[in-house]
Amino acid sequence: MTAALSAITRFVDRRQRIFFPAPAVAVLFLIIVLPIAFNLYLTFTKWTVGLGQPQFIGFDNFVEAFGDERVWNGVRVMIYFSGASLALELGLGLLIAIYFNRAFRGSEAVQAIYIIPFAATPVAVALIWRIMLNPDIGVINYMLRSVGLPPGLWVSNEHMVIPTLVMVDVWKWTPMITLIVLAGLKSLPPDPYEAARIDGANPLQIFWYITLPLIRPVLIAALMLRSLDNLKEFDLIYTITQGGPGIASETLYLYSYNVSFGYFKAGYGSALMVVVFLVVLVFNVLMNRLRRDASAV
Amino acid sequence: MAKNRTEKTLKSILFYAGAVALCAPPLFVFVWMILTGLKTGVQNISYPPQFIFMPTLENFRAVFAQYNFFHYLMNSLIIATLATAISLVLGLPAAYSIAKYRQGKIGLLILIARMTPFVSYLLPWYIIFRYLKLIDSYTALTVTHLIITMPMVIWLMVSFFESMPSELEDAAMIDGCSRWQSFIKIVLPLMRNGIATSAIMAFIFSWNQFLFSLILSGPQTKTVPVAVYNFISYGKIDWAGIGAAATLIVLPVSIFAFFVRKSIVQGLTMGALKD
Repeated sequence: MTAALSAITRFVDRRQRIFFPAPAVAVLFLIIVLPIAFNLYLTFTKWTVGLGQPQFIGFDNFVEAFGDERVWNGVRVMIYFSGASLALELGLGLLIAIYFNRAFRGSEAVQAIYIIPFAATPVAVALIWRIMLNPDIGVINYMLRSVGLPPGLWVSNEHMVIPTLVMVDVWKWTPMITLIVLAGLKSLPPDPYEAARIDGANPLQIFWYITLPLIRPVLIAALMLRSLDNLKEFDLIYTITQGGPGIASETLYLYSYNVSFGYFKAGYGSALMVVVFLVVLVFNVLMNRLRRDASAV
Repeated sequence: MAKNRTEKTLKSILFYAGAVALCAPPLFVFVWMILTGLKTGVQNISYPPQFIFMPTLENFRAVFAQYNFFHYLMNSLIIATLATAISLVLGLPAAYSIAKYRQGKIGLLILIARMTPFVSYLLPWYIIFRYLKLIDSYTALTVTHLIITMPMVIWLMVSFFESMPSELEDAAMIDGCSRWQSFIKIVLPLMRNGIATSAIMAFIFSWNQFLFSLILSGPQTKTVPVAVYNFISYGKIDWAGIGAAATLIVLPVSIFAFFVRKSIVQGLTMGALKD
């Protein structure tokens, strides 16, 4: 009995690289790879869930997407929303990190406060934002009025809705970028800074010629990490506007959700999701190339 | 000398003024959420908004009594705990092996899992669970939450394992431990910080998950994000109820994150900087 047990142990031991990851890989395969494969199959079919069988129609879904005005609207909204929010989160995150990158009393408190938006449940805080953004009695318009600024219509106006959603996204995710960049700044070597100080460089020159090149790999890595979720932002937009007014804030991802679960058009919805995936993929491949170049310098 | 000191004090006052301004936005939304929960319905819709008022716990009582919120909190707790536990049991050995043997192909699988839109998983799973009559079951929700928590645990733990010195484990091997024993007795205790971080991150993301629960849950298994979202879907918005419910949802995960904030940042940074 013990001999058999130790034989099994030896057998498993020698094949650790197979037995350790095998259960996880099997489960990942079941819950992730198979659904993706099914999704790819649906891409080439026309099927309303609950009605008959999927019909093979080749690339017709993609042809349909090409001529669908709501797809183009979704692409435009996605580029506007993600472009603006990612740029602001990265820019503000970097500037705030540089501001806090020094030894001061209370740095612990800053870290504690900045972790809150990261952990806060998106749906819950989105609802609070909805309350605060109320054009008539919301606290944000109240504060604007009390300092003499004009109140805004926020998400009720089709031109204001995306900047407003960008503001909420920036509120939620800039603190995380700040904390990541701050950790990166603290690990930078001190030598270039001393050399620059001896040479009499001003703070702007130090930022541009030393900090920025050194921190670039961290920035790009943070951008990639953030873009994975940002390009597929759902909770905030769905909770605050549901894509409205009209379709003014309907990203391609939100549209693909509406097609799949609003109209139950599984084939067409799947095809749109493949497009979303390709956007995320291309963006990350480009960023990865940029990062390699940055670390090679 | 005296002038120098004044200048220093002034600079430090300016710095702290800026620091307070930069901390105000994250704090304000959080505080406003709690205030909304502590105001009566009438106080919430009065203008100008009230900052000073007599707080009431009536909304919290109503959320539990009328909306059955305790049931939803338990649902979220059960599903997040199950998803986190399964992710750890399966993910820890996998992450260890990926880090030790540089199994890049599995790493690629994790990356694809993170890049794929959630709706891509949701549609097939919805069809399958509908067929199996498992809509509105803990099984359906736990399985789909694993799609998020497992890649997260593995992805974070690979970075933590890579930063571990291998000497200790080698010593255990020489002492005659099997690889499995040395993993359980030596490696995992060494990694408890990393494991705590991954577990809390997995828990937070499962707790916060909205999309899967929106489609796959029902009256029995509704999780808290869906429950609070339903506060607005009847046309009339119950602001005080939302404030109280949001506070109950956000507070636990914020406290969690607060305790492991250092290693969350460390984990995110390491994960982000990895090739």
